Formats: sequence, C-alpha cells, structure tokens
Amino acid sequence: MASIRMTNVHKSFGAVHIIKGVSLDIRPNEFVVFVGPSGCGKSTLLRLVAGLEDISSGELRIGDKVVNDLPPSERGISMVFQSYALYPHMTVYENMAFGLKLARTDAGEADRRVREAARILQLDQLLERKPKQLSGGQRQRVAIGRAIVRNPKVFLFDEPLSNLDAALRVQMRIEIAKLHHSLDATMIYVTHDQVEAMTLADRIVVLEAGLVRQFGSPIDLYQHPDNQFVAGFIGSPKMNFLPCEVVHGGNEGAVVRLPSGDAISTTCRTNGGAAGAEYIVGIRPEHLRAGGSGEGRLSGKVVTKEQLGAESWIYIDVGMPELLVVKAAADAEAQPDQPISVGVPAAACYLFDKEGRACPRQPYS
Amino acid sequence: MTRAQRRLLNRILYYLLMAVIVFYTVFPFYWAIVSSLKPPAEMFRVDFLPALRFENYVAVFREQPFARNILNSVIVAVSTVAVSLALAVAASYALGRIQFTGRSVLLFTILGVSMFPQIAVLSGMFELVRALGLYNNLLALTLSYMIFTLPFTVWVLTTFMRELPRELEEAAVVDGAKPFTIVTKVFMPLMWPALATTGLLAFIAAWNEFLFALTFTLSTEMRTVPVAIALISGASTYELPWGNIMAASVIVTVPLIVLVLIFQRRIVSGLTAGAVKG
Repeated sequence: MASIRMTNVHKSFGAVHIIKGVSLDIRPNEFVVFVGPSGCGKSTLLRLVAGLEDISSGELRIGDKVVNDLPPSERGISMVFQSYALYPHMTVYENMAFGLKLARTDAGEADRRVREAARILQLDQLLERKPKQLSGGQRQRVAIGRAIVRNPKVFLFDEPLSNLDAALRVQMRIEIAKLHHSLDATMIYVTHDQVEAMTLADRIVVLEAGLVRQFGSPIDLYQHPDNQFVAGFIGSPKMNFLPCEVVHGGNEGAVVRLPSGDAISTTCRTNGGAAGAEYIVGIRPEHLRAGGSGEGRLSGKVVTKEQLGAESWIYIDVGMPELLVVKAAADAEAQPDQPISVGVPAAACYLFDKEGRACPRQPYS
Repeated sequence: MTRAQRRLLNRILYYLLMAVIVFYTVFPFYWAIVSSLKPPAEMFRVDFLPALRFENYVAVFREQPFARNILNSVIVAVSTVAVSLALAVAASYALGRIQFTGRSVLLFTILGVSMFPQIAVLSGMFELVRALGLYNNLLALTLSYMIFTLPFTVWVLTTFMRELPRELEEAAVVDGAKPFTIVTKVFMPLMWPALATTGLLAFIAAWNEFLFALTFTLSTEMRTVPVAIALISGASTYELPWGNIMAASVIVTVPLIVLVLIFQRRIVSGLTAGAVKG
C-alpha cells in the first residue's frame, strides 16, 4: 500500500512526444484506472510507473521515495501483462516462485506465499501444470498469482482482460475487484474499455494524446465531464452531440436552438456565452425519451433499430451529419422511415463551448 | 481420362520422382558401404550385395592413428559448437533485443564474414595461427571454424530471439531478473529447437571441414578425420586403398546420421521457427 505521485511527467521516444506532462496524485490503497483511446499513452504511462521505460522528465514517487532511476524490481511493484507473459517452460508453481527465487527469499517462506496465492486464486490443483495446459482464465489467474506473491505495494495491470472472451471477462472483473478488497495494495489498471473502467475504479484517469483530460470518480466523470472528449468517452452508447446556438444564456439554465429550429432548454450555465454564440449540446442516449415527453423535443425519421433484448437502440436522422441514438424499451415501436419525436429533458442536457469545455450543470437524476 | 485415373497417374509420378531422389542421394553412400565390406582384390567387381568382410575396417585403425583422428574431430567439432553457441546466444540477445545504433550494420558485417571464400582468408588465418602459436594445435581449428559457424548461428538465433515476446522479458525484469538470468533461465529453455538446429549444422560443418584442417595441422596425430581419410595411402604411390577409404568414410558418416536422426524433429521446427507466427 503506497501512494503514487507523478509531477509533470514527460516521455518522448526520439522525436515523438508521447506523455506530455502528467501530474497525478494516487492515494494509498486506491484503485485507479487509466482509460483512453488507443495511442493516448495510457500503457506508456503505466510502463513509466513500472520502470520498463525511463521517464524523460518530471518526477515519480512511490510512497515517499523518488523512483525515477530505480529498476522495476526495486520499486515494490508487480505487473500483470496483457498476454499474461507466463514462462512457458515452467510449471504454475515455478512461474509464481520465480521472482521469489531471484530475490533469494527463504525457501519455506516462498513456498508458503506461493501456496497462499494459489489458494486465494483457486489454483491449488493446477500447481504442477504448464501454462499451455491451462485455459485463458486460469493463465490470467496465474499471472495475478505471480504478482501477488511478491507482496507489492502497487499492482499494475496492463489490459489484463482483453484476451478473454466476454463471459470470462465479466467474471475476472469481479475477481479483480474482490482481490482489491482483500489485498491492501494500490492498483493501477489500464484499459480501453470504459465499462471496465466504470465498474472497477475508485477514480478514473481519462487520457487523450498524452494528456490527462479528467481525473475523478466514475460517477463524477459521468455526471460532470470536464470536456466534450470525456463526455463522449464515458457512457455507452456514446453521448449525442448536436451543434447549437445560444438563444439566451444566464445562470439558471441556457436555452439553445438547433439548426433544425428546435429550441432546447437546459440546466447549464453558459460560462458567459451570450446569445448567438455557437455551442454544442450533448445528450446521453439513455436520457432521451423516444416518442415521450420532455422540456425539449426533437423530430426526425427512424433509420434503424438495434434490438439488444433488454433494451433497444434507435438510430434517428434529425437532419444532422450524425445520427441521433436513443436508448428505448425493447418493444419500442420503430420502423425504418417512420417519423418519430424524441423528448429531451432539460436536466439531461450537457453544454460545451466551441473549445469543448463543459458548462457547469445540475446533475440529472 | 477419368478423375480416378488422373489421380492414380499423379500418384505413380510422385513415387517415381521420390524413388529417383532417394536413389540419387542414398546410392553413393550405399556403394561406399558395399565397397568397404569387400576385400581389396574384389574392389572393382560390380557387386550390389556386401560381402561382409571387415578387413578394411581393421586396416583403417591398424595403419594409422584413426581412433586419435576421430577423437580430434570430436574435440574440434564439439568445442566449435559449444563456443559458437555460447557466443551466438550472447550476441543474439544484444542484436535481437536491445536497440542500439549500428545494429543492422553489425548484423550485416557478421553475415558478410561468411561470404569470403575459405581460400581467401587462408593465408591471413595461417599468419594469425602462427602468431598465436597454435600451429599444429586443435585450438587453431576451433578458432578458424568459427569464421563460418558464427555468422549463421548468430543470424538464426537473432531471428529466433526477436520472435520471443517482449512481455516475457519484461515480466522477468519485473521479477528482478538481470540480463544473464533472462537469457539463461527464460530464453534458453525456449530456444532449444533453434539451438539444436544451429548446433547440429555447426557440428556437421566442423566435422566435414578439410582445407583449414589440412593447412593448420602437420603431424598425423593432430589430423582430423577428413584430412586423415584424404591422406590414406597404399603400399605404393600407385595404389589407392579404396577399401580403407570407404571404410573410414562409413565410420565417420555414421555419427552424423545418428545425430541427425536424434534431432530430426527439432531441426524441422527450428528451421521453420519464425517463418510463421505460432
């Protein structure tokens, strides 16, 4: 259990600037998820913490110690890799004991720790197997076991579930959450899957192009995204963005008009944007009401409906470049080309200025 | 022609071709065995079944220190393989896993070394051997054979090393392994097919080498097998003791065949490793 503090961390590979000044304060025992689109630098940032890459400039502390120049094995970290990276020629037991052997841990103590980890992860029966005789989920558990036995202060996970099938992924997600509760350790977890981020994290770091776009709790990111990027990244299906023009601003809720002429009232403040200013209004698919009521109303034509069983997603052409997505009941009536109107609750609207900065708003409940 | 007939014809042609190839490759060796088992007087009579007379084999060992020659060959070939593999594994880790400037230049220089014909480096090698005081010493052969064994061992192992997943190495680094441990405990066990293949090829090359062995040794006791066989002479200048030569050839070919059969499967997987993603 240790805090991690990054101060203005940069990383360049030759002329390519990957991490462009990241400062983060991760609390002891916290579960932090780095999330972002591919190429945003989330894996690089994790590798900087692990010590697998050198930090170009800035400072990294684990606990009270500056670890910029320490090798990975002396940082008190353990890492679980995307491909599991088990040693193929060693048994499960040897895989887990390898690090302890290198650290010259007393043999009895090493044995005790390996068996304890195997018990926690239900690997007791598999200790003599080779990795290729294991299923994907079991390999994943061995990789986690190898991380546990070293008693690290910080666990690092690099997209650990992306090689598993969907059902197993949900199961392992729960196991990792359980593990975090039972072990006293700080965890950093990298993923591109925002569902994993939302479900696992105490706090989420959203990265884009080597910069932190927002650092906060999952519900904070969902209700109060700092900017249009975070708003679009968190939530599934993605938030709808519609260009609009401010009709009147003010502190009590701006009213905006879409190019189609429909006016929409919101509970957002416009940050000084006066009437006529160009803004972007964002509405989550789950807050729109197909054929229903709301302070605002949008109308268009159904393009298609995706049936998911418990719910359905209706894609509607409202005369914008992008289709409007509405989450509706599974049995919602929506034939292609059928005209449809959508209710827009004022409190469900997000408002962003031209630079993508979010306007302050009341949370929607 | 019906489909079945065409298939039959294809099959016949296939086996015919196989038979030609097998005959072409195996017959000379078979002929050597048959000849080695014939008494000298019958040497030039065409006879496809061996007479099973072992006089030639006895003569080979009686008329020269052939056992010593075989031992020399074993020492030279084994030491060449051992030193080449040790150097090549270390070199391939650097060349395959570590980024540094001049890496590809270095790789192609190593490849370039193997392109010099032996005869071109012979006189220079001779001076070097003399300067090191290794003339008529088996060490001279071990040293000079690495000219042709190192380029391909380094190349094959570098290719193989590059294919090993990077995360595996990183996992070992996180576990606290230093480069030496990574190479010996993590990579080497995974590289056995490649090591067996390159080791065997190096062994065969060293076992068969003639020119350096002829040039750098002087006394009969220091000769390796190919030289010893070439210098087997009969009672007079006009007699070539084919029986003895054939017997000696058979004796030195057998270890190679045994080795190849033992490592056969490894060789195939080693030669194709890296060609396709596994």
